[in-house]
Amino acid sequence: MIKFGFNISETRAINLEDCDLENVKKLHREVSSFKLCVSCGACSATCSARQFTDFNIRKIHASFRRGQYAGLQEELKACMLCGKCTLVCPRGVNLRSMIINMRKILLESNKK
Amino acid sequence: MKKIAVIGAGPAGIEAASALALQNMEVLLFEKSSNTLTNILDKAFLFPDFSLANDMVDKLNKKLLHQNITLHVGTEIVDIKQEGHEWKIIDKKGMSYIVAAVLLSTGYTPFDAKRKEELGYGIYNGVLTSLDLEKMIKYNHIENSMGEKPKRIVFLQCVGSRDEKSGNNYCSKICCVTAVKQAIEVKKLLPDTEVYIFYMDLRMWGQSFEEMYRESQEKYDVCYVRGRISEAATTFDKKIQFKAEDTLVGLPLKMNTDLLVLMVGMEASCGTKQLAKKLSIEGDYGFAQSLNIHLQDNETTSKGLFIAGSCKRPMGINETIADARSAALAIMDYVDVNQSNKESLADNN
Repeated sequence: MIKFGFNISETRAINLEDCDLENVKKLHREVSSFKLCVSCGACSATCSARQFTDFNIRKIHASFRRGQYAGLQEELKACMLCGKCTLVCPRGVNLRSMIINMRKILLESNKK
Repeated sequence: MKKIAVIGAGPAGIEAASALALQNMEVLLFEKSSNTLTNILDKAFLFPDFSLANDMVDKLNKKLLHQNITLHVGTEIVDIKQEGHEWKIIDKKGMSYIVAAVLLSTGYTPFDAKRKEELGYGIYNGVLTSLDLEKMIKYNHIENSMGEKPKRIVFLQCVGSRDEKSGNNYCSKICCVTAVKQAIEVKKLLPDTEVYIFYMDLRMWGQSFEEMYRESQEKYDVCYVRGRISEAATTFDKKIQFKAEDTLVGLPLKMNTDLLVLMVGMEASCGTKQLAKKLSIEGDYGFAQSLNIHLQDNETTSKGLFIAGSCKRPMGINETIADARSAALAIMDYVDVNQSNKESLADNN
């Protein structure tokens, strides 16, 4: 076959049909306030880790909710669990507990 | 002539009193403070038409001149009791009045921004509430804490609304459009001042609100940032520095401003909370609860006890006035039916 130097790139769309949302369900069971987020960004605004690294808890939350787990386990390591995000959240999401449980769930599912 | 007591002389109380008086009822209108319309007195303009608040105040106060209305200012009502078909109202001095029906129009009170300590209201001079700014606009005297014209003004939405931490999960619904209105007014007075509005969602629910929002971008260069400000502090040159996330860009944002304006929400007033509790018509967050939001929105579980205006839930002035008229109609119906019941009882005897 002649190689033209082109290749077909994979789709960048989130295909919710193929997403494994089992981890999301697990997280809901552990931290039910998880689903109350309205993406206001108060958590990431106040986050100490966010000021110096790429850690963005609002984005991590959004990716997790859509089953986009790739790289999250590494990103979540930046959090120092200070809990300021939980203090400012207007929706009462228990972010600190959410982060701890995300780490646990991702650790388990990445082991498999 | 049937006597009706109206408690609270804001737009709802005055409009209802006037409607009832025109239908030949005797109205006793009670107001706790020494003045009527205290929540509108310091307003400059009203949304969405930028009409003068003073005009509204004058027009409403003029309605009180009707001979059937007796206005009692500086009179706090401490107790309301049902006695058979009638109601007994008792004021703080111990005076009591017997009436056929009662309308509660005790209104709202602005959220106390000091409760959000992280935003620095009452700590730093450059942090204001929307009410403080409205006064500045009214007297054309917008200054920063150094007495200079501000180069930049930043508005923050949802202070004390949609916030579990303040105990208020509800949306106060008038703040979004008020910020847009005030932003335009600031730009009219100070065209060189930069204006930013930080929001979670912009709820442009009313007629011509969306057009105002568009106009603020198109004509006045108001800049909108989607993100909630999490904390504010002062800098050495007396500016306010705050942190937010620009959630649409996905990056943290730090900014300095001369004035930070907190758009405070509406809470049930002290009088609303006390009386609603006493009368067992307390709804969510201390507001008064109507029987049915669709069909009996002025009636309560007690016959002869009616509610109107922002003692029920956050409301704009136009809605409040419409609601007061509907309450007046409900009261007229009630008094008529009550009257004919009594007459038929008397006939039977």
